[in-house]
Amino acid sequence: MIKARGLTKTFQINKFTVEAVRGIDLDVSSGEMVGFLGPNGAGKSTTLRMLTTLLRPTSGEANIGGCDLLSDPAGVRKLIGYVGQNSSAGVEYKVREELVTHARLQGLSASVARARVAEMLDQYDLTGLEDRMIGALSGGQKRRIDIVMGVLHRPPVVFFDEPSTGLDPQSRSNLWDHIRNLRRDYETTVFLTTHYLDEADSLCDRILVIDGGRIVAEGTADELKAQVNGDLVTLETSAAPETAAAAERLDGATEVTVDGTTVRFRIARGDRVLPGLLRELDRINVDVFSVRTSRPTLDDVFLTVTGRSLRDSETAPAIPGL
Amino acid sequence: MSFLRDTWLTFDRAVRPALRSPAVLIVGVAVPLVYLVLFGPLLGGTTDENGLSSWQWFVPGMLIQLTLFITANAGFALIPDTRSGVLERMQVTPVSRVALLTGRVLKDVVLLLIQALLMIGLALILGFRAGVLPILAGLVLLAIIGVAVGFGSYGLAFKLKHEFALAPVVSGIVVPLMLLSGVLLPMDRAPDWLYYLSRANPLSYVVEAERELISGNYDQQIVLVGTLVAIGLLALTTTWSLRLLRRQLA
Repeated sequence: MIKARGLTKTFQINKFTVEAVRGIDLDVSSGEMVGFLGPNGAGKSTTLRMLTTLLRPTSGEANIGGCDLLSDPAGVRKLIGYVGQNSSAGVEYKVREELVTHARLQGLSASVARARVAEMLDQYDLTGLEDRMIGALSGGQKRRIDIVMGVLHRPPVVFFDEPSTGLDPQSRSNLWDHIRNLRRDYETTVFLTTHYLDEADSLCDRILVIDGGRIVAEGTADELKAQVNGDLVTLETSAAPETAAAAERLDGATEVTVDGTTVRFRIARGDRVLPGLLRELDRINVDVFSVRTSRPTLDDVFLTVTGRSLRDSETAPAIPGL
Repeated sequence: MSFLRDTWLTFDRAVRPALRSPAVLIVGVAVPLVYLVLFGPLLGGTTDENGLSSWQWFVPGMLIQLTLFITANAGFALIPDTRSGVLERMQVTPVSRVALLTGRVLKDVVLLLIQALLMIGLALILGFRAGVLPILAGLVLLAIIGVAVGFGSYGLAFKLKHEFALAPVVSGIVVPLMLLSGVLLPMDRAPDWLYYLSRANPLSYVVEAERELISGNYDQQIVLVGTLVAIGLLALTTTWSLRLLRRQLA
């Protein structure tokens, strides 16, 4: 549905050349939910703005739903919906009025536009706000209006740019539900950018980690996490040194440490090696009090591929953790 | 066909807030009306070389001044929409991008004409006299110059991107152009250097054409010259701002 080859964008700012995007290749199939994960300034939004015909690429080519981005931008615009970073509804308009105008700008006739807007208001919990001025709405309500405007023409592809920035935790999970429903109800292809690890983890089938204008890693959240030095396994036992020795004997175990009665080590797929390890400890008469494996976070992934922590350069997400 | 539909949709959206609070229209026309009421009477008794009374001479100039004030500041309304996601959101729809601008200019001109009629109404009370056809002819010229200046203002807004940058540029262009066009006092009383400067100002010809039109003297050569100047300006600013729009937006 989305295919890009060698997309680059270079900005000229006060005689300085800024290479915002340095060669991006993308393949997103129909119905897939794919996300760009990366810190601010990584080139996520710039790439998205190129794919949505808002910015002309410096070089490279892309094709969306069979329409060439450079030679047929009008065709691309018919196929896509776009929910930008900023609030995109006019503050001096009433909710229904602005939505109907937008539906008509998308090419719907006046009667279809009115019916569709009524349907969307209901679906997005905006009933009762039809005649409210948009400027008087809460952040979460405004965000839902932005989404409605991005999807009310039922486009096969929707682009979201940092969809949950600035939302409270409840509005955030509500927004995620709406994005998931797009695929469930309309088989929409979704492409989003985010710098929130949990957002990428919970929404995307496939994550493209982007840094410095390049894709530095790619895969499902689990695949990406499996690339990291492995899961963290934590055991509390009656005999820490023997436990550590048994852990060392495991194929691929690294970073084995002992802390009192606690033994920690990393290994790929900790969940698969644990049963064998527990049998071994039982055989050598070590009592196991507790055992825990934790999967690596996407932050560990980012750290592994870029050498920097994503979290270091960002403010904490509304729902911390993974 | 779809261009006209898109222009209409953009116009319809742009004009709604003004229709909701018509007081804004009065505020917009207030400063020029103050000129009319507090400055106009100072010209009492003066006539120009053609023997026109002071109101007949002064009101058309004030209409041009009104047009400049209103349409030169049109670009300010575009800047918040480019900064928020409003314009971007529309640019990702199949709507003609040119229509996004023409619809706005159309709104500016329609509101301008309403304000011009308000001003003419007040001037009639004060002693100004004009027929219906001459007034209509005068409004047509105002609309042409209004569209020209409006496109120029939107072009500047695209280029400068911030209100604080747009404000000095707009007043830096509009105030000298207005003073040099002889809307307040006849330029033939000016020292030679100022007079010749005013002859180099294209707007002077538009002001003079507007005076003749409103007096019903359609056949004067200056009417043709002024109208051609206005159309020339229109061609210039439209080409420029549409080129900026296209270049900015691939």
